[in-house]
Amino acid sequence: MSKSTIAINGEEREITLPLSLGELIKQNNVSQPDMVSIQVNGEFVFRERFDDTPVNEGDEIDFLYFMGGGR
Amino acid sequence: MDFRADQIERYSRHILLQDIGVEGQEKISKGKVLVVGAGGLGAPVLLYLAAAGVGRLGVIDGDVVDLSNLQRQVIHFTPDVGKPKVLSAKEKIRQINPDVEVVTYQAFFTAENAFDIIGGYDFIVDGTDNFPVKFLINDACVLGGKAFSHGGILRFEGQTFTHLPGTACYRCAFHSPPPPDAVPTCSQAGVLGAIAGMLGTIQAAETLKFLTGTGDLLTDRLLSFQAKSMTFRTVALRRRRHCPVCGEHPVITALHEAEQAVCELKKNETYPFI
Repeated sequence: MSKSTIAINGEEREITLPLSLGELIKQNNVSQPDMVSIQVNGEFVFRERFDDTPVNEGDEIDFLYFMGGGR
Repeated sequence: MDFRADQIERYSRHILLQDIGVEGQEKISKGKVLVVGAGGLGAPVLLYLAAAGVGRLGVIDGDVVDLSNLQRQVIHFTPDVGKPKVLSAKEKIRQINPDVEVVTYQAFFTAENAFDIIGGYDFIVDGTDNFPVKFLINDACVLGGKAFSHGGILRFEGQTFTHLPGTACYRCAFHSPPPPDAVPTCSQAGVLGAIAGMLGTIQAAETLKFLTGTGDLLTDRLLSFQAKSMTFRTVALRRRRHCPVCGEHPVITALHEAEQAVCELKKNETYPFI
């Protein structure tokens, strides 16, 4: 277990490793993980891989939310 | 193109802009723009593009005006309830600016009509309210080599980016529609009316920048805002090698529509922005 710093949507955050993307989503209280798309260091991560993708020190993680409205 | 005296006056605030001038206004006046959806986003887009004097405005929407639309769809007025949205929109556009040619399609944008319709336009604006059509617009424009503006709003939030051939597309960032049963839409989740104006006017500005070649378009960047805290954020998007439609080995080479989202809003869900 070690404290590490990552950036989520441009904001620095301290987290405890090891941690998967799936666990990170849960920690951030994203109640609708199906409605988020994730980039790690600018690279798209498939939804099916969230649980087995490890978060690493210094990662820049973007949560992109699906927004379907317009009418 | 020779502008009449009244046109010089009408467009004087554009012409005064160093980056636009008479030349830029000529490009706007020769521009052909398709707006998909004459609703919350389409309304401000159409109003501003009409005022700007875009040469041809295409409007596609198969719906009629509903009383619940008027809280945000500012191109439709109370007496328009029950009227096809494309006709209601056309009437306002013609009143704002008789210079504009309006082409209406009282239909929905589908895999069958997409290529035929976008073929006649320089720039496409997504003003739709569901993921299947948002992905369809993306695929049609990527495969058809067209530039477009993506837009999405929900509750107090909005997001948009602009695609030019060769830049990141919607699927580079979002891959495929979310599971239908997970999707809240405006009709299920609600939206602050002015949010549609905030996002739609960004799309209108991008359209005018595209037509005139002014500034840097919102390409390879996703702009999102959260109006509750009134914070704006831009995330870099990257064109993805494995993108299913614009990647090196695309699996999407023809148009299909995903299943329509039909769901109830889940109780107590949160939709954190940052």
